[in-house]
Amino acid sequence: MAAGARDVAPIAFAALVIGVSYGILARDAGMGVVAPIVMSLTTFAGSAQMAAATVMQDGGAVAAAVTAAILLNLRYVAIGVSVAPSLRGRRARRLAEAQLATDESWAISQDSGRVNRERLLGAGLVLLVAWTVGTIAGVFGGSALGDPATYGFDAMFPALFLALLVGQLGDGRARAAALAGALIALILTPVAPPGVPIIAAAAGALIALKPPKEATP
Amino acid sequence: MSTTWMIVLIVGAATVALKGLAPVLLGDRELPAPVARVNGALAPALLAALVAVQTVGDGASLTLDPRVAGVAAAVVALLLRAPLLVVLISSAGVAAAVNALT
Repeated sequence: MAAGARDVAPIAFAALVIGVSYGILARDAGMGVVAPIVMSLTTFAGSAQMAAATVMQDGGAVAAAVTAAILLNLRYVAIGVSVAPSLRGRRARRLAEAQLATDESWAISQDSGRVNRERLLGAGLVLLVAWTVGTIAGVFGGSALGDPATYGFDAMFPALFLALLVGQLGDGRARAAALAGALIALILTPVAPPGVPIIAAAAGALIALKPPKEATP
Repeated sequence: MSTTWMIVLIVGAATVALKGLAPVLLGDRELPAPVARVNGALAPALLAALVAVQTVGDGASLTLDPRVAGVAAAVVALLLRAPLLVVLISSAGVAAAVNALT
């Protein structure tokens, strides 16, 4: 678990900064002080929380905010399938451990096609703390900071995912899956509700259905 | 209950369920080989989609804004094999600079 916690340090820095951005956005959206912090602890999924706050800021209905957030989080069903074989223990424990799977902790715990449970949990815990502390700083100190885009914080999110992606491009199938995923997401973004393009991009992984060349006789 | 708390409650409960669905239902049984291969390719597919959408996505439209310059800076930093922290700070720095100039 310590290895996961150590490797996640730079990612935790990003989670902290993005947490500050979320805190500012949530407070501006009229969510108050306590609710955004509780949401960071319980939902613990940056893009969904950002989306819900954005819908609220735009004066959208509860149903719209909830739908946007849930659509964005549907990818966690796929991530759950991926982490399931690595988790241990009874159902309640597996449910609890699965909550520490985020895009980031899941990405850095990839270990030759499997998820390393120790790294997943160590990284997940560090990220949960960083994300929540960032949110607290954002809701309380955000007004002094102003618009997060001024500091380029909004570019840090894709840059982080890009850095995580580079570590995953070991073989040709992974590169093909990445290319397919990006194309699917870009093509669908203008025509589908937020969240759907990301879920549909999971289909890019179907490229790996074909067995690797070594395995064919 | 206020609108805000309803959203916090519903989204929180839904996320716990979505994350826990497979680990609770599947247990720790091993997946068949083709499913395991697709699973291994999920990370690159989803991460690439997140990079794409968060670089040029803006709600339901595509847009070019300072984030693109920030991500381009990240690409350069990654090609130079810079540490992750340097990659992140250069992306934010370049995006902030472009944001200030435009």
